Amino acid sequence: MNDVARQFRYFFTSLELTVVLLVLGMVLVFAATLDQVNLGIWAVQEKYFRSFFVLARIGDIPVPVFPGGYFIGGLLLINLIASHVYRFKATARQVGIQLAHGGLILLLIGELLTGLLQDDFSMRLSQEEPRNYSESFRENELAIVDTTDPKHDEVVAIPESIAARGETIQHPRLPFRVITRLYYPNSLIRNREAGTPASPAAIKASKGIGLNVDLTPLPITYKQDERNLPGAFVELVGSEGTIGTWMISADPRMPPQRFDYGGRNYTIALRFTRAYKDYTLTLLKFSHDKYSGTEIPKNFSSRIRLQTPGGADDREVLIYMNNPLRYAGYTFFQASFEPGNDKVTILQVVRNPSWLFPYVACSLMTLGLLWQFTIHLLGFIAKRRRPVPAAA
Amino acid sequence: MKKAAPFLVLALVLVWVASTLRAPRNPAAFDVQGFGRLPVLVNGRLKPLDTVARSSLLQLQGRQTVTTPEGRRLQPIEWLLDVAFRPAKADTYQHFEIVNPDVLAVFDLRTSEGQGEKRFSLRQLEPKIAELQRQAKLADQVESAVRTPFQRGVLQIYGNLVHYQRLRHAFVSPGRPDFLGDLLKFQDQVKAGVEAVRAKQAGQPHDEAAAKAMTDIGERFVVMAESTTFLVVPPEATNSDLTAWKSAGAALLDTFRAGTVNPAALAYAGFAHAWHSEKPEQFNKLVELFRADLSKRFAPQLRKCDLETRFNAAQPFYTSSVLYALAFFVALFSWLVWPSLLGRSAFWVIAVAWAVATAGIACRMWLEGRPPVTNLYSSALFVGWGAVGLCLLLEAIYRNAIGSVAAGAIGFSTLVIAHHLSLSGDTMEMMRAVLDSNFWLATHVVVITAGYSATFLAGFLGIIYVLRGLFTRGLDRPTADSLTRMTYGITCFAILFNFVGTILGGIWADQSWGRFWGWDPKENGALIIVLWNAIMLHARWGGIVRQRGFMALAIGGNIVTSWSWFGTNMLGVGLHSYGFTDAAFLALSSFVASQLALIALANVPLRLWRSSPAGA
Repeated sequence: MNDVARQFRYFFTSLELTVVLLVLGMVLVFAATLDQVNLGIWAVQEKYFRSFFVLARIGDIPVPVFPGGYFIGGLLLINLIASHVYRFKATARQVGIQLAHGGLILLLIGELLTGLLQDDFSMRLSQEEPRNYSESFRENELAIVDTTDPKHDEVVAIPESIAARGETIQHPRLPFRVITRLYYPNSLIRNREAGTPASPAAIKASKGIGLNVDLTPLPITYKQDERNLPGAFVELVGSEGTIGTWMISADPRMPPQRFDYGGRNYTIALRFTRAYKDYTLTLLKFSHDKYSGTEIPKNFSSRIRLQTPGGADDREVLIYMNNPLRYAGYTFFQASFEPGNDKVTILQVVRNPSWLFPYVACSLMTLGLLWQFTIHLLGFIAKRRRPVPAAA
Repeated sequence: MKKAAPFLVLALVLVWVASTLRAPRNPAAFDVQGFGRLPVLVNGRLKPLDTVARSSLLQLQGRQTVTTPEGRRLQPIEWLLDVAFRPAKADTYQHFEIVNPDVLAVFDLRTSEGQGEKRFSLRQLEPKIAELQRQAKLADQVESAVRTPFQRGVLQIYGNLVHYQRLRHAFVSPGRPDFLGDLLKFQDQVKAGVEAVRAKQAGQPHDEAAAKAMTDIGERFVVMAESTTFLVVPPEATNSDLTAWKSAGAALLDTFRAGTVNPAALAYAGFAHAWHSEKPEQFNKLVELFRADLSKRFAPQLRKCDLETRFNAAQPFYTSSVLYALAFFVALFSWLVWPSLLGRSAFWVIAVAWAVATAGIACRMWLEGRPPVTNLYSSALFVGWGAVGLCLLLEAIYRNAIGSVAAGAIGFSTLVIAHHLSLSGDTMEMMRAVLDSNFWLATHVVVITAGYSATFLAGFLGIIYVLRGLFTRGLDRPTADSLTRMTYGITCFAILFNFVGTILGGIWADQSWGRFWGWDPKENGALIIVLWNAIMLHARWGGIVRQRGFMALAIGGNIVTSWSWFGTNMLGVGLHSYGFTDAAFLALSSFVASQLALIALANVPLRLWRSSPAGA
């Protein structure tokens, strides 16, 4: 082997690299924790952990300032695998280390997969109102629904990221083009008082709610208990020219707006991105107990009816703290409620196909560590047993 | 003699501990202890009045003793009796602590006017209550994280005054000189009175005086019911829900419906009368009767209340902290003179202190029906307990007093931390729904807290290494080697427990919420400890650090652990520009600074060290 290759191998198998990466990892986690105060938990994950480099904006240019989670985790993975391949020995002393590190490799891969595959949605259920979709916590979509057929809705949903660009969107299932004239990532809607003129914005709504409502931009919020409510002015253009401009907002108070075109009925809305399911959930009863004489919540629970259209499943389930419903690869857990309204429950819906990884990884690592340290301890005791001169 | 001396020390310590366990005596003819054992429901938990009195005092003034203006020291329960039944007298007791000078200025008071320069009576505060209310209203509008020390101080004293009002309205109507007489008269008149009120409302002829008497006393009951959160009246015999306790005011309002005054509410009016007019026989008879009546339905709860009252009086954690401090100095001196005698003595003192703390924790567990760690307070108890347990093990193996010194220091300081955490109120809170899972509390929380213990212990051993090596000649090579072996072993224990504990937390999250890891500050804190332990071990295995460097890294473990334990809870407070004056944040920062200084000391060149731990 030549020198370069030897150095290369040494670099990737060295304990020095391990220690450096662990230190970098620690610094990264610490910095990310501090930054949560500013960015909130989701943005921090994207910026620090699900990235190769942590970017800081200097002026307008993003500059990498620190290795990100993928970078550190990836190198650690290479370092681990390389040193095991290179130094592997099947001795009793080594088994513990092999197990512990094997587990760690699995854990890192599992976390990578989780980052790529995990979904996290919210589901708000009102009593006696069946619902077959969950809603995203952060993402929104521009939805144009053909409601002509009373039995069946035809939905065209345009992700916010595309709608926000302002380019002309032509969708094969829509007989008109969609153009976002103005887009605010976070906004506020307010009823215009009678008699006052419309806001002097360059773009105005020519149809629908926007004739009586003002839309004001707001700064983007990173707070954990708030969400951004984007708003937009969207123009629809048919073959004979403009159909109209609508003001839409993701604010749940704003209902979908109806219009007719080419003999068909449509609605247009900006809404929380939906994930449709092929089953429905209906809230039967939400219960919320407090400890006697206090406001401390004692328990929450939701009794829910789960139905599939074919009738294969039609049963009642009870979801409460520490006892979620697991169904069709999703976990539904009791996340929240609306204070003062016991006819509504809010569930969180999570899908994590790689959920098994941590379990296996952790068992391996725990076994490995136990094995390793037991050997240490036994060795230590054996050494102490040997006769030594009485300690002073 | 030399062999016997440590056992003599042990015997003395045991005698002292036994003396703290004696049943507390009544200071006068009144059976105040019996009264203190009566149960009430506060914050969702059934607890003895004695606990209410003590946690109220801790909240108001940070200590449990009160001295009257005449110079008499009151037991907490006597104080509560005065507050509830002799308010005119209690209003002159100086039991409101105010330390912020700006808050004192609101009341136009000087430190010299306060007991101990910081405690004031309601009489002293009364003239400026309106101004305080105005200030409290202003401060309340500010988000809690960004309040100034003044605003926090205003809200604190305001909250304490509200608490005091709640106590005063918990049993009887505080304004009435003879509430018992009022109730007995009310009992006789209630039927006719209710009819008079009905007739009045219907516009028919009625007895105006009777109707007015009803509305007057009814208003008093409403004020009582609305001014308190203490539920002192047990549920009616027909009610199967044993937690459906009521406030005295609410129970008295029921009289209009039921026609008879609730016996428990009447009993408390009787207590008030007996206490106020100094009739001990009547008081004691009432304690006996009331308790006998309660024991028909609440026998197990009464047993718990009895034990809790004894536990309160014995103050095991105080006893234990005194012993830890004592053992610390004895063990320290053993490095200078009589190593064997003093070393053994320190070991036994630690063992007793640990046994007392164990009994205290076990007692809390039984009372709560929970695993040992349920909140920050109990985590402080348990971190200390775990670390001292490990120290006892080390000391039993090595017999060089290092374990005892570490045990004394960690045991004492964790109990001091616990004491400060206890000032915010009752330390046995009900668990919020999210955390209500004994299984995960018993596994995840206990294991991770044990991990904290071990990391702190390793850090403390590092401190001993540095201080002894740098400033004394005591750190010879064998001592240095055995210290390193101890630290290494404890670090292995630490990484195992921190890792398994963190993982168990992830599994709890996955079981309950369908996701394993959420990158929230507390999780990240735990991860940082695991990473730190891993760095220490890998750096040692890779020869990147040697003995001294390893010890310096161990001290760094104190920083990461204190961050995870307390720092993550201050996020958004401590980092905020106003939050820097927060006392807890200040304490944490100084601790971190001290540890950094120690790490710097570890890096002082060896030739300047007074010992030579060769190989370092």
